[in-house]
Amino acid sequence: MTRLRDLAKLIRSKNAGPFELTIDVMLPDRATYERVVASGALDTARAAEAFRTDPSKVQVFNYAPANAVKITVPRFAVSGDPADSDLFGGQQFAPIVDIDIP
Amino acid sequence: MTPLSYLAPTGMLGGGFSEDHFRAAVENHDLAFIACDSGSTDGGPAYLGAGRFIQSRQSVKRDLRLLILAARSKDIPLLIGSAGGAGANPNLEWLAGLAREIACEEDLHFTLATIPAEPERDLLLERLAAGRIHPLANAPAITAQTLCEADRIVAMMGPEPIVAAVEAGADVVIAGRASDAALFAALPVHAGLPAGLSWHAAKIMECGGAAVAQMDRPEGMICTITEDSFVLEPVSPHQANTPNSIASHALYETANPYRMLEPGGVMDLSEATYEAIDDRRVRVSGSKHEPAPYTVKLEGARLAGYQSMVLGGITDPVILDRYDAWMAGAQAHAVEAVNTSFGRDMTGEYELHYRHYGRDAVLADRQADRPSPNGEIGLLMVVLADTQEKAAGIAATAGHAILHMAVPEWQGLVSNLAFPFSPHVVDLGPTYSFTLNHAMELDDPLEIHRPVLEAL
Repeated sequence: MTRLRDLAKLIRSKNAGPFELTIDVMLPDRATYERVVASGALDTARAAEAFRTDPSKVQVFNYAPANAVKITVPRFAVSGDPADSDLFGGQQFAPIVDIDIP
Repeated sequence: MTPLSYLAPTGMLGGGFSEDHFRAAVENHDLAFIACDSGSTDGGPAYLGAGRFIQSRQSVKRDLRLLILAARSKDIPLLIGSAGGAGANPNLEWLAGLAREIACEEDLHFTLATIPAEPERDLLLERLAAGRIHPLANAPAITAQTLCEADRIVAMMGPEPIVAAVEAGADVVIAGRASDAALFAALPVHAGLPAGLSWHAAKIMECGGAAVAQMDRPEGMICTITEDSFVLEPVSPHQANTPNSIASHALYETANPYRMLEPGGVMDLSEATYEAIDDRRVRVSGSKHEPAPYTVKLEGARLAGYQSMVLGGITDPVILDRYDAWMAGAQAHAVEAVNTSFGRDMTGEYELHYRHYGRDAVLADRQADRPSPNGEIGLLMVVLADTQEKAAGIAATAGHAILHMAVPEWQGLVSNLAFPFSPHVVDLGPTYSFTLNHAMELDDPLEIHRPVLEAL
């Protein structure tokens, strides 16, 4: 079993404005990038499951210029609201760190 | 077309940068201007709502002094965007005040332009009624009431007000809330350089030197734009750009790495290419720009109430063995205690958010495997109410209820929370919510954002 963390050089999350959260998966080279993309492990349906949101609200971008996959989802609470637990959105990527990449 | 070079000293005014590297870069390059972003929504709605400043006065004044001295020594414009964080009028006035102090202290005389970014509420209401305010991604539904009730609303200006200020003779421009990229694209586009390259370069430059391969400390970046490409070079001789580091920057804090909406157009990076010139400079080409109807993004914040908090550690293994069940009972007990202390049913008069650090405080149910309470839990209780006094009273009562909540396996009075400070109830003050994520059509790019010039 290969976990995403074993392949990625960086997995991070951050606000994309106060209303959206974006997760970046940086892979070290083109071959690894193509392996992760081809695995389908970060497709819209799987990302929606990992981040407990509706697939229609998930955007996945395969970004070859940086060998990266970007997932953008609605924020779970608007940044800085009393219900929000993560002002910068910096600690929201954990749900995909250990997913299995075939 | 003559190449145009400019410098961004750091990603955020007050974030700091090396004085030596900055001065050397200013001496060794023929710069058309220096620009620095001062804004962010990262700090949350409190900074916009209350007109607070994200960076300290000391750090901002230090950076601003170096920038003003360098720009005046070369007689080139200095552009500062999204003044003081949120770019609302109090933030703008605060930063302009620092610029005036510096001019006085350094015996400098120049023309300062400030560009306010708070639209009149009547204009907002008219545009909403005319169907000319459009929701952006995941935006909340709004009504006229939303616009009236907001404590502060700012509109992110495009490049035109920046150009207008410089054309009117401004040496130093301090803009209210501005599109980060517009601040840096304004003069290159005005000089006739290609819009696609100018905007893409601006999108990278607005973060200063953040796009280097390894940002060990905040430093700056120098950009040179020509007819068919732009070149990025770190200010610090110890930092390097790579094609991957520059391409990666399109991912940072963006929802979509290929297309980004700006006032008057959309950046299209889908055909951008990145090539190394040497071991620290990167050339970018192929970036495009599509004209779009002229819109400015609106940001708004309104007072949500007042918060107080209690933080306590729980280490009792008996509680931790069945934490969820015990905590459910403790929370029900806290609700009763609050009702008793106020002498009425307080339901709906407050919110009480419990966060269980060590269990699920940050990710809630989004964890693949929620860790079992093990060793210690940090319990944070945050109360929101319509007055500070009420929030503090509820926090004190609810905290006390949980402090002494019975643990059936033990016989007698227990104290379940380890408080790390006194007073253990902490007032967090007014709290705000972001209420707008919308784009508003303008009839004219200067409709809201008009430069105000003063001679210092």
